[in-house]
Amino acid sequence: METSVDEVVRFNKVSKAFGLVEILKGVSFSVRRGEVVALIGRSGSGKSTALRCINGLERVSGGELHTCGHAMHASAVDLAVLRREVGIVFQSYNLFPHLTVAENVMLAPRKVRGMARKAAHELAMHVLRQVGMEERADYYPEQLSGGQQQRVAIARSLAMEPRLMLFDEVTSALDPELTGEVLRVIERLAADGMTMVLVTHEMAFARSVADQIMFMHQGIVWEAGSGKLLDEPTTPELRQFVGNGL
Amino acid sequence: MNGLSFDQVLFILRGAGWTLLLAGMGFVGGALVGVPLALARSRGGRVLRAVTGAYVQLVQGVPLPVIMFVVYFGISVGGFDLPALVAAGIAMTAYSSAYLGEIWKGCIQAVPRTQWEAAECLALTPLQRAVHVILPQAARIAVAPTVSFLVQIVKNSSYAVVIGFFDLTYSARVVNNSTFKPFVVFSIAAALYFAICYPLSSLSYRLERRFNKARA
Repeated sequence: METSVDEVVRFNKVSKAFGLVEILKGVSFSVRRGEVVALIGRSGSGKSTALRCINGLERVSGGELHTCGHAMHASAVDLAVLRREVGIVFQSYNLFPHLTVAENVMLAPRKVRGMARKAAHELAMHVLRQVGMEERADYYPEQLSGGQQQRVAIARSLAMEPRLMLFDEVTSALDPELTGEVLRVIERLAADGMTMVLVTHEMAFARSVADQIMFMHQGIVWEAGSGKLLDEPTTPELRQFVGNGL
Repeated sequence: MNGLSFDQVLFILRGAGWTLLLAGMGFVGGALVGVPLALARSRGGRVLRAVTGAYVQLVQGVPLPVIMFVVYFGISVGGFDLPALVAAGIAMTAYSSAYLGEIWKGCIQAVPRTQWEAAECLALTPLQRAVHVILPQAARIAVAPTVSFLVQIVKNSSYAVVIGFFDLTYSARVVNNSTFKPFVVFSIAAALYFAICYPLSSLSYRLERRFNKARA
C-alpha cells in the first residue's frame, strides 16, 4: 500500500501491547489533510493509546503507522522533527504552573524554533486571541478556570503551527458550561481546515464536527463512518454504546 | 571576660569564619554535583542510575571524618600536597552532593510525569525540558528541605578538624589547650554554631509552612 500525499496519518494493522496486555489488536484507518476524525469507545477500548501512538508517546508493537510521512513503527524515527508538526492537548491541560499564560505559549517557539522574545510574544498573543484568552496573558494557570486553562493549552500547541492536532479527552475534566467554550474553539479550528484527531466522550460534538467517526472496541476499529454512524449503528456493540451515551 | 582575653575570643571567631567558608564550599560544590546527580538518579538510563546510585550509597555509607582522611591522605599519596582547606572542601562536596542529590531526586520526582510529557510534545530537547519546565518547579519544592540540610552541612563541617583544618571547633580546642577553661570555651563555640544554624532552621520551618499553605 502506498501512502498518499494527502494522508496525514495512516494506521495499517497497528498493534500495541503493554507487557502481556494487548491494547491495540490491528487498528487500520487513515486521516486525510483537513479532516477531523473522532475516536469514540469505552474506557480501555484503546482509543487513547491509538492517539498516543500517533505522536510517538507510545511506540507501536506491530503493523505500520505513518504520521506526517514519518514511519512511527521504524526504530529510527526522528521524534524531534515529528513533534514540531504534531500538537497534542491533554485531558489534564498540563500547563506549566511556574510560567504565565504568555510564557507557556512562548516557551516552545523561543526554545525550539529560536524565535526572538518579541516575535514569540506577538505569536503568543495571536494564538491566544484565536482561543479568546489574550486578556489573560499575564495570569498564572492556577488563576484560571479549567476551560480557560484548556484553551491556553490549545493555544500553546497552535503556536508551533502544527500540521496535525491531537485532542485526548480534552473536556473530560470540565463541567458542561466550560466544555462548551472549549468545544467552540475546536469547532473553529475545524472550520479553519486544521487536521485533527480527537478522542472524545462528547457524542453530539463528534457527530457535528467529525468527518469520520471510529468506534473502537476490544482494540480494533469496530465500526467506522460519518456522523450518521451514531444514528444508525450496525453492530450491537455500537448500538449499546450509543444507547448508553445519548 | 570569663577569664578569656579579647584576642582569644577573636581567635575563636576567626575559626567561625572558616567554618562558614567551608560550609559554603560544601554547599556550592554539593549543589554543582548534586543537580546533575539528582537528574541522573531520577531520569537517567539503567547504567547511569546504577553508577550514581553506587556513588550515593558509598558516600552515605562512610563516616564523614573517614571521607576527610581519604581525601586528605589519598591525594597526598598521589604526590600532591593538598592544603587542608581544599581537602576538606572536596570531602564536604562529596558528602553534601550525595545527600542533596537524594533530596533533589525526590523533588524532581514530585513534579508530575505529565509535565515531562507536555514539554516533550512541544519538541523541547531533554535538557530544555529539565531546565525550563521541571527544575524550576522542583526548586520550589526543594527550598525548605535544602535550607534544612544546610544546618547539617554547617555542623558536620566540624569533622574537618580531623585533618587539621582551622575552623570553629579547631580554634576552640586551641584556646582551651592554653586556658584550660573547657566549659567557657566550648560554650562559646556552641553558641556560635547555634547562632549560625538557628536562623537557617527557622527559615526552613517558615518556608515549609509557606509551601504547604500555598498547596492547600
